[in-house]
Amino acid sequence: MLKLKVNEIDVEVEEGLTVLQACEKAGIEIPRFCYHEKLSIAGNCRMCLVEIEKSPKPVASCAMPATEGMNIKTNTEFVEKARKGVMEFLLANHPLDCPVCDQGGECDLQDQSMFYGVDKSRYKENKREVSEKNMGPLIKTQMTRCIHCTRCVRFATEIAGVPEIGAIGRGEEMQITTYLEQSMESELSANVVDLCPVGALTSKPYVFEARPWELKKTESIDVMDAVGTNIRVDTYGWEVKRILPRINEDINEEWISDKTRYACDGLLNQRLDTPYIKYNGKFEKASWNEVFNIIKSKLKNVDKDKICGIAGDLVNMETLYIFKEFFNKTLGSYNIESRTDHSYLNPEKRENYLFNSKINGIEEADFIFMVGSNPRYEATILNARIRKAYLQNKTKIVSFNNIGELTYPYESLDGDIENIKKIIENNHEISNMIKNAKKPLIIFGQSSLKSESAKYIFESIKTFLEKNEKISKEWNSLNIISKNASTVGSFDLGVYKTEDGSNEVLKNLENHVFEIVYLLGVDNLKLEKKNEFIIYQGSHGDKGAEIADIILPGAAYTEQNGYFTNLEGKLQKAYKASYPPEEAKEDWLIINELAEVMNHRKLFNDKDELDSSMLNQINLFIEKNNSIKSSNLENLEFKQEILKIDIEDYYYSNAIARASKTMLECKNAKINLKLTGTEG
Amino acid sequence: MLKDEDRIFQNLYNDRGSDVDSSKKRGDWTNTKDLIEKGRDWIINEVKESELRGRGGAGFPTGLKWSFAPKEVGSRPHYLVINADESEPGTCKDRDILRFEPHKLIEGCLIASYAVQAHICYIYIRGEYFIDGEKLQAAIDEAYEKKLIGKNAASTGWNLDIYIHYGAGAYICGEETALLESIEGKKGQPRLKPPFPALIGLYGCPTIINNVETIAVIPTILRRGGKWFASLGREKNTGTKIFCISGNVNNPCNVEEEMNISLKELIEVHAGGVIGGWENLQAVIPGGSSMPLIPKEKCETLTMDFDSLMAEKSGLGTAGIVVINKDQDIIKCMARIARFYKHESCGQCTPCREGSGWMWRMLERMAKGEASRDEINMLGDVTNQIAGHTICAFGEGSSWPVQGLLRHFKKEIEKRNNLNPIFDKDKNIPYLVDQHLLDKKDA
Repeated sequence: MLKLKVNEIDVEVEEGLTVLQACEKAGIEIPRFCYHEKLSIAGNCRMCLVEIEKSPKPVASCAMPATEGMNIKTNTEFVEKARKGVMEFLLANHPLDCPVCDQGGECDLQDQSMFYGVDKSRYKENKREVSEKNMGPLIKTQMTRCIHCTRCVRFATEIAGVPEIGAIGRGEEMQITTYLEQSMESELSANVVDLCPVGALTSKPYVFEARPWELKKTESIDVMDAVGTNIRVDTYGWEVKRILPRINEDINEEWISDKTRYACDGLLNQRLDTPYIKYNGKFEKASWNEVFNIIKSKLKNVDKDKICGIAGDLVNMETLYIFKEFFNKTLGSYNIESRTDHSYLNPEKRENYLFNSKINGIEEADFIFMVGSNPRYEATILNARIRKAYLQNKTKIVSFNNIGELTYPYESLDGDIENIKKIIENNHEISNMIKNAKKPLIIFGQSSLKSESAKYIFESIKTFLEKNEKISKEWNSLNIISKNASTVGSFDLGVYKTEDGSNEVLKNLENHVFEIVYLLGVDNLKLEKKNEFIIYQGSHGDKGAEIADIILPGAAYTEQNGYFTNLEGKLQKAYKASYPPEEAKEDWLIINELAEVMNHRKLFNDKDELDSSMLNQINLFIEKNNSIKSSNLENLEFKQEILKIDIEDYYYSNAIARASKTMLECKNAKINLKLTGTEG
Repeated sequence: MLKDEDRIFQNLYNDRGSDVDSSKKRGDWTNTKDLIEKGRDWIINEVKESELRGRGGAGFPTGLKWSFAPKEVGSRPHYLVINADESEPGTCKDRDILRFEPHKLIEGCLIASYAVQAHICYIYIRGEYFIDGEKLQAAIDEAYEKKLIGKNAASTGWNLDIYIHYGAGAYICGEETALLESIEGKKGQPRLKPPFPALIGLYGCPTIINNVETIAVIPTILRRGGKWFASLGREKNTGTKIFCISGNVNNPCNVEEEMNISLKELIEVHAGGVIGGWENLQAVIPGGSSMPLIPKEKCETLTMDFDSLMAEKSGLGTAGIVVINKDQDIIKCMARIARFYKHESCGQCTPCREGSGWMWRMLERMAKGEASRDEINMLGDVTNQIAGHTICAFGEGSSWPVQGLLRHFKKEIEKRNNLNPIFDKDKNIPYLVDQHLLDKKDA
């Protein structure tokens, strides 16, 4: 610990902190623009100048390491003059167009110039004009406003791993640009909008939509992938205007992916706002009573084994729970499933479908082996964490397949399943790498669990890890990346039916065993419809609604309170920021009311009862799970094949994203589609 | 006047040949092995004793700088980097060393590399010195051929490789950390200090960076002894220095002279006097364009060394003396210098990026007589807001010449610019007071 003085206050700080951090410890605010905790130190805005005893010049506190006995002063005239001077320079060429700037109201420059600046400008020359730069469909630029803090440049090179933003020119003519004026090849690109302390980089889809003080802010959880990113939903009336990150050091730090941020305009389009019934291949509007009665009569007349329910990718846990209760208790059926593909699941123990090392743990790992996973698209935030680990520790990373650019260097094998055999038989260099690593990280992606040898791949590597004591209480190297927000929650709640790991419901469905299919927000199911009667409950008119006979309009994730368990098994609650449109209802309510119509008895009296009942079950499940010992499967066979990695349509992966214009633009920008003007 | 035998650069005018054999005749490479065998501590002590100060502009004691290098080579190698990015307007001394005395530099590199335990030495030459770079490369090739550098350089047992790196013509790359960035292939922008390059420099390794002239005088100092060098000049400002005299003189030249020589002697004896006679002298920039100018009255008695110029609120800098006579418009001259600095600012940190252009524009207006009276003080304010607030010394370098002008030629500016300020105030309101509060009182 170092002892030093800040404004005559004695403080003790840890070694390795900067003067700025020491001042913060003492409770003194230092203005800054370029400094950001998660980025490297640039020290170029000069706003954080402080006086240090014995130093004739003011010192940039963000870059100066704190040392024993330092006497720091931040409230002297010397410091004030330095700050005002820097502020005057920053504003000299800044257009001061706050009334037409989207950053207005949440602008660092605005706030700090109010506090630390002077109200008059002495700069009488003409102001500099900088041409706008094209940075793709997400980022609107107004580079005249830029104060050259280089936060965006550092973010792109350090966190996103795509050094595509930089500064060209020097002196006054220095300009921040993407060099070739194209969108950043990154799924984290829009974070530069949050980082930009001024209005130089603003959000293009949100342009001139609202002022920050007009928006209602709700803290919530994202459902675009299984990471469970912490977000803040900003709404204006019913409309979700934008989504911003919330800091959670364990999960997303300060970043969110572009899909999380910008798929929200999909919440406005393609919405199901009233129940529909299909007559002669055409949907017609109906009332809730009508649809409930039709469903009741259909369900009563069909054998319970011929009914199945499938839960989709964005469903919260309350709904999953009541869905299961509805099937088990009201219908007496156990044909429910949450997997929409033939992926392998060993639900015996919770660790078999979790990211056990935790997202935080990635930073500690010393060896990462990815099997059938492309984390860049499957879990963008997690990929950023792997990059961080790589930057910090030069972690060795090997992928079973070549999966293209991942923002960090990795070695790849050829994807032959034969290699798995070699690895578990200690005949491969990877075997030794795993054994020698103290904290290895084996990541299974959905592609590996979907392959025909999925059982072999998963179980044999798991056995191998157990034999080598890489699965213990301190460190569990077995990691699965789930793709969907509801996946882990539905496994925890038992929304699956399996004996040997295969997807029985889906098999029967494909063999047209079922007569009635209840799709709960399922839009990613490839189903050839024959004579099945399909009930679709969901928020968007997408692939599920297309094949449905009855549509029950539900709510999207911003329109209801709901729990989600993320891929590392962390239970988080998403809060209601808006409300379902028109006739649409919250998902649990629909099922509860349907149960009432069926049996004249509600499943739960209210949401609180549902919540407590569900949380109770989850707690019991986790408690029980901890005491189970996992059994090892032996003598597994594998098929000679090359593991294929799904080519993820990143910007189009769920119903909300598919309804989003912004996501379409991103997709087009990525494949370099030229606009024809006929898109509408 | 310096005695001929005390001149270190005997071939400054290239009348004796710059190749290795001619250099050997002048004493280069004669007993390099013996010098190095006396050991690291002896070399550094001798340099310390000579009180040699860096010739690149800042005047930091060279021996002290060398002693900052880690005593033991750890996991990271040490580097020696020679700064030959001589871009300061009015300075052309390094160029003549590169092309006429390359072997002094190369031998100096060997000794310095040995002293700081570096096996690799980079010479960073500005891109415009291409032909001079080729001459130096030829000399390096010669030295390799004669086994003076390379493996077991000059049979000293020390291995040394010298590489030339050409810059792309940015002034800022002469700043030592920007120079390192440039060698690393990045954009030439100064780094934050601390850490200083002596500990974390090129590629994150301990690096000693010296000016060409500093390194080139080392072998002679060691041969003739630190005491001899210290006996020249005056205390703390010892030895000889190449002065570059340019501007309104009859015979612009480079000349090696003793430190503390009087300015008048330099101009009158070596440069053939001011055009139009001494009385026609207006001002002198004593150390390259970044140093504040000195008006004629003070030039009479001025002696040229670090400390005496510091006392005049100027500096010796690179000793590039620019003579300005009365035929010149002094405000225009300074506006041109300000434009140079505006053009060469790297743009990394705020005060310099925004301030250098502001100063230039104001000076241009002042040169035309289009500025108002209050702007003169404001210009001074702006220079003070730049100097000392930046990452590197460029902030000082760009604002000092303007400060010099304001210090000595304020009357001249006032005479030309007598427009009334837009806001005419009776009171002299200090800048830091919120003016709108005072406006209300007036209303």
